[in-house]
Amino acid sequence: MNNKKLNFKGTALRSSDIKEKKVLTTSWKPSLQYAWDDGVAIGRYLKELKNGKIIARKCKKCGRIMIPPRMFCELCFRPTDEWVYVKDTGIINTFSISYVHWDARRIKEGEKPFIPAVIEIDGASEGMGILHVLGEVDPEDVKSGMRVKAVWKSPEERIGAITDIKYFKPIIER
Amino acid sequence: MIKKVAIVGVGYTNFRSTTPDLSYRELTYEAATKAYEEAGVDPRKDIDSFVSTAEDFFEGYSIADEYCPDQLGAVLKPVNTIAGDFLQSLITAYMMILTGRLNIVAVQAMSKASNMTTLGELELFAFDPVFNRPLAENPHFVAGLEMNRYLHDTKTTREQCAKVVVKNKKNALNNPYAGHGAKITVEDVLNSKIISYPLTHLDISPASDGAVVMVLASEEIAKKLTRKPIWIRGVGWCSDTFSLESRDWGESTSTRLAAEMAYKMADIDNPKKEIDVVELSDIYSYKELQHLEALKFCNKGEAGKMIDNGITEIGGELPVNPSGGSLGVGHLYECSGAQKTLEIVLQLRGEVGKRQVKNANIGLAHSWRGVPTTTSVIAILGN
Repeated sequence: MNNKKLNFKGTALRSSDIKEKKVLTTSWKPSLQYAWDDGVAIGRYLKELKNGKIIARKCKKCGRIMIPPRMFCELCFRPTDEWVYVKDTGIINTFSISYVHWDARRIKEGEKPFIPAVIEIDGASEGMGILHVLGEVDPEDVKSGMRVKAVWKSPEERIGAITDIKYFKPIIER
Repeated sequence: MIKKVAIVGVGYTNFRSTTPDLSYRELTYEAATKAYEEAGVDPRKDIDSFVSTAEDFFEGYSIADEYCPDQLGAVLKPVNTIAGDFLQSLITAYMMILTGRLNIVAVQAMSKASNMTTLGELELFAFDPVFNRPLAENPHFVAGLEMNRYLHDTKTTREQCAKVVVKNKKNALNNPYAGHGAKITVEDVLNSKIISYPLTHLDISPASDGAVVMVLASEEIAKKLTRKPIWIRGVGWCSDTFSLESRDWGESTSTRLAAEMAYKMADIDNPKKEIDVVELSDIYSYKELQHLEALKFCNKGEAGKMIDNGITEIGGELPVNPSGGSLGVGHLYECSGAQKTLEIVLQLRGEVGKRQVKNANIGLAHSWRGVPTTTSVIAILGN
């Protein structure tokens, strides 16, 4: 590409042209709603989150303790065997620091970036994690391998959702 | 000479209006476990490829295909997803085996219609946004338009359509997996509330949940796996124009052309004589009659007489929808063709008890994707 301005034929279209009805448009606003059945595994998981606990399922064949829990082991393809409570602490597997909102708007000056992270939970098998966000941490201090702990909403605020955990924060080692 | 491919295992859940106890993953897992057990295969070792069926808007996920592998035992295996009807997936799996590179392929479809809380809106979203959506109301009106033209062209009566509902709901009473069996009369159908003239509430199959998984295998493997392989004899599929303005409203042209394709492949000259049992799309009552004509089981305008004369009853000359069809089992969306195929497999194996069609050796499964679509798919299966 050179810097010379390309001279395309035609007329440039601006959003104001649409608003002022200078061009023909048609629109449709869909109203699509779903109510997914949570089933056995996710139902119990959410119920336990409401109680401030994290629960996993164990497959006795491969030995994996899996979160989020599932009623079948997708690797062994057999039913999982038992419920296992795991801790609300873990290790950061990987993370990112996001400076844009979902619609690509940049965060405002002074606004804290969003730090999504996969946290391998203590008591679950290696590689088994929760995707959540980090808080009470400076972006430049976050590292893979860092130990973190869940910060829960108060019991009254919890509704049985993954957001019952507000975020994970670093554990200060003494 | 085309290679032979057989269905060597089927697994299915019951079909019910709601399934609040299981997630969609757990529902498919149940069907998959049963299919693999029946076929005697371990999905983690023996199955070469998986074909799932998922339409994003039905599932409520964009890129729903990515959510298919776990419950099928297909993690880290070749998987692809068809955004259509199960029968299209079955044909895809069939063609995979015909390549000679894959020997065992699993096919899946699932409906969680109960989870779509704005089902009418969702179906309306399938209409053309410029030409049709601004005018549209409840999408059943498209079936009303079609039924009216079909009745006009063929002199078929609403009573004859109602008889289809009576028959299919009666058949469903003998089908443990069917969720909508009932003993009703023609008057009950005609007197139920009009939804979109001439369709009444009972002319329309009720949305239902359920899952089906099947295992397909090449000839050599199939003979090792089962004593009752069900062979795929012919397949056909066809889509008409989407246009609500210019499609043929009186006839299911896509069904007729798909049938011609499948009959040619299966070497069938006289479908009524050569086919013993039929499961065809009856999402709306008149569709059973319209499809019978398109499938060449009779001339145009004669399907009404077939139901009048009891020809399509289980004990008749050409039993149609012995399972209860969509009217008796439930409308399963992309899983519709799976239930049709399932019933043909069970009928050909002679495993359905009271609703068994005698001497069933060749069966036809047909599906149509519902309003406003014009896609029809057929598989002809044999012992």
